[in-house]
Amino acid sequence: MAFISVKDVVIEFIKYDESGHPASSKKALDGVSLDIEKGSFTAIVGMNGSGKSTLAKCLNGLLLPKEGSVSVDGMDTKDDEHIWHIRSRVGMVFQNPDNQIVSSIVEDDVAFGPENLGIEPAEIRRRVDDALKKVGMYEKKDKGAHMLSGGQKQRIAIAGAVAMRPECIVFDEPTAMLDPAGREKVMEIIEELNADGITCILITHFMDEAAEADRIIVLKKGKIAADAAPDELFSDPALIEELGLDLPPAIQLRDKLGLDKSVNNIDAIADAIRQ
Amino acid sequence: MIRDITLGQYYPGNSVVHKLDARTKIIATFLYIVELFIVNNFRGFLIAGIFLFLVIGLSRVPVKFIFRGLTAVFLIIAFTFLINLFMVDGRILWQWKFLSISYEGLNRAFFMAVRLVLLIIGSSLMTLTTKPIELTDGLEKLLKPLSKIGVPSHEIALMMTIALRFIPTLMEETDKIIKAQQARGADFESGNILRRAKALIPILIPLFISSFRIAQDLALAMEARCYHGGSGRTRMNEIKFHRGDAIAAVLMVASLAVIIASRYI
Amino acid sequence: MTIDVKDLKYIYSSDMPGATTALDGVSFSVDGPCIIGIIGHTGSGKSTLLQHLNGLIKPTSGDIYIDGECITNGKKNLVDIRRNIGLVFQYPEYQLFEETVEKDVSFGPRNIGVEETETEDRVRRAIELVGLDYEDIREKSPFELSGGMKRRVAIAGVIAMEPKILMLDEPTAGLDPAAHRDILAMIKRMQKEMNMILFFVSHNMADVSDLSDRVIVMNEGKIAMDGTPTEVFSEREKLLGMGLSLPPAGRMGYELSERVDSFNSEALTIDDLADDIRKYTKRA
Repeated sequence: MAFISVKDVVIEFIKYDESGHPASSKKALDGVSLDIEKGSFTAIVGMNGSGKSTLAKCLNGLLLPKEGSVSVDGMDTKDDEHIWHIRSRVGMVFQNPDNQIVSSIVEDDVAFGPENLGIEPAEIRRRVDDALKKVGMYEKKDKGAHMLSGGQKQRIAIAGAVAMRPECIVFDEPTAMLDPAGREKVMEIIEELNADGITCILITHFMDEAAEADRIIVLKKGKIAADAAPDELFSDPALIEELGLDLPPAIQLRDKLGLDKSVNNIDAIADAIRQ
Repeated sequence: MIRDITLGQYYPGNSVVHKLDARTKIIATFLYIVELFIVNNFRGFLIAGIFLFLVIGLSRVPVKFIFRGLTAVFLIIAFTFLINLFMVDGRILWQWKFLSISYEGLNRAFFMAVRLVLLIIGSSLMTLTTKPIELTDGLEKLLKPLSKIGVPSHEIALMMTIALRFIPTLMEETDKIIKAQQARGADFESGNILRRAKALIPILIPLFISSFRIAQDLALAMEARCYHGGSGRTRMNEIKFHRGDAIAAVLMVASLAVIIASRYI
Repeated sequence: MTIDVKDLKYIYSSDMPGATTALDGVSFSVDGPCIIGIIGHTGSGKSTLLQHLNGLIKPTSGDIYIDGECITNGKKNLVDIRRNIGLVFQYPEYQLFEETVEKDVSFGPRNIGVEETETEDRVRRAIELVGLDYEDIREKSPFELSGGMKRRVAIAGVIAMEPKILMLDEPTAGLDPAAHRDILAMIKRMQKEMNMILFFVSHNMADVSDLSDRVIVMNEGKIAMDGTPTEVFSEREKLLGMGLSLPPAGRMGYELSERVDSFNSEALTIDDLADDIRKYTKRA
């Protein structure tokens, strides 16, 4: 069975007028179904307002579907009994590095999750140290969070999720507010975590980041518009255009040169030129 | 610059003062403030000052760093000094039109200024040597007995943690908004009080919206990290009383005795 | 319009032991309308430089002349400076505050003393220039718009002041690919129609090479490079050393030259790179 299973999920946001009556409603997710396998790396892309973040928040029960269901390792997110267990297995990293750090001091913030899980102090210390080493921020463990750069703060946020020892981490546009150096480092960490066996789900606007995943899911107006391996998805420029997305540069070059669809990176292009 | 404010900021270290239990430091600071109000002559302040500087020495926090915190509240100290200087009647030392300085006023002004300086240094020493999380943990434990009568000790402590954490963030945000509105020609410095109050709207509304956004983001992030109130929560660094705390307690009682004695010498 | 920046220096909290030099002897001139891209890693002094040009920060030393007139000696009224020089901050949508789009956009022009009827015209022009429908949007609350639209309204708020010099700090940060493309097209259109000097700070090298007539590279508070996109991006090693990168086409051109014998390309766009590759394969 799939690790996370999303079935026919509908999420509706209702706006109320001044007297408290429902004025308008918008389906942020409209019948979304998908399975996420253990150890996989999935990218979710789509325009602003397509429902990406809403979907992310369903995966660990931050939002509960009005219709349909989400289950994590067989546990339904609607089941109050399992909700904390689900959240400890599906960690989450958000877009704004500033707004997700709870404590002023780096290591205290990383400890926040494990502390909530009621873990032994010595074990928390071990997990915090491990997590900080994993993201390369162990030397800064005593530092004040507000003295760090955006990229460093985001690494602390990742460490905070890693310290809970989750099986899956959902990254909700983790690089949107970072500079190129910070972006690159965060992507490196995500790939390493995935190599360690952590299931990664990455929401992003950057197609070069999405191209690193095994699978890309495109959302459009709350529905799944495409669900394919990167190579397969990028072989259809008309669809990419229609979905309001970009092609990664190497794919753009390939198409300009009229090369075969199997050519999907710079090495393959180099090979093609040499022939 | 925002970073210059030391009040409420932690100075990382490993000294005996840093290692004391946060509860000890909270009680000690409270006692110290009480002592400053018991003191009735400069000799008492001299003793309190020597005691304070011994502790600063033990804490290994650079004196320069501690005094930087004073510059932030310099205006308050200056105001206290001037009010006392001119308002207290007595033997006149100097007079010009309606302004006069008396011997008693001068005495009182210095007395109050010294008290304020010692008070601020003393309490910032606590925040400089105690991690915010320990401070709030300590407060939570101290308030724990009160939770039986309905005081939400855990929630108060968490609120303090978050407030301390977001002071720099919100100050930066304010600075950014002010500059952005200035770039749109906003003028905060001229006009009467009414006009100036009105000129604050373009700052306050974006700031409110930002604060709500931050609060919303933070609440989600905390829930995602399994926060569900104080029950069942453990701590990475459990605060515990050590031998140092016993010594500190004895020293505090001794200093209290000396200070009380200083009233009568 | 001309800009002359002479030996600009700025030191943060200069009276404190932890003083940091944010700008260290920055000099450059601009003569006439053009688009200038400013690049540099976080903390290199880009934003500090823009804030100086707008009079938000006073330099520790050095001067800035606009059309030969010094704006840094304290004699010139700050509102007069901002009448000619507009600055759009990063994530400008966070500074919106009025009930309607129209009121928000008119905040700037009103502050600098533009007359009521003229303000109305300017607001209409500005909203149309950022690519929004004036009649459709004027009465709407800015808080109900999508992210990309909010950002355009915020930019319109500065455009309505009709500056002759406009500075944009990371105008495309955090937008989705479609909104990103729209903002780039808007920048091009605006600069042409208003015939102004336009600075924009960006981390996106493709945008910089695509839009700019001139690129200024900041590093540790100094101008490290200053030239056309082709000149600047031909110095790959130097840029990498400063934690910067090439536009994707430049990067791919370099990677191909390493993998394919005697292939060479200085192309900055994917179209040009494809042309170079075609020429190469024809020769071979």
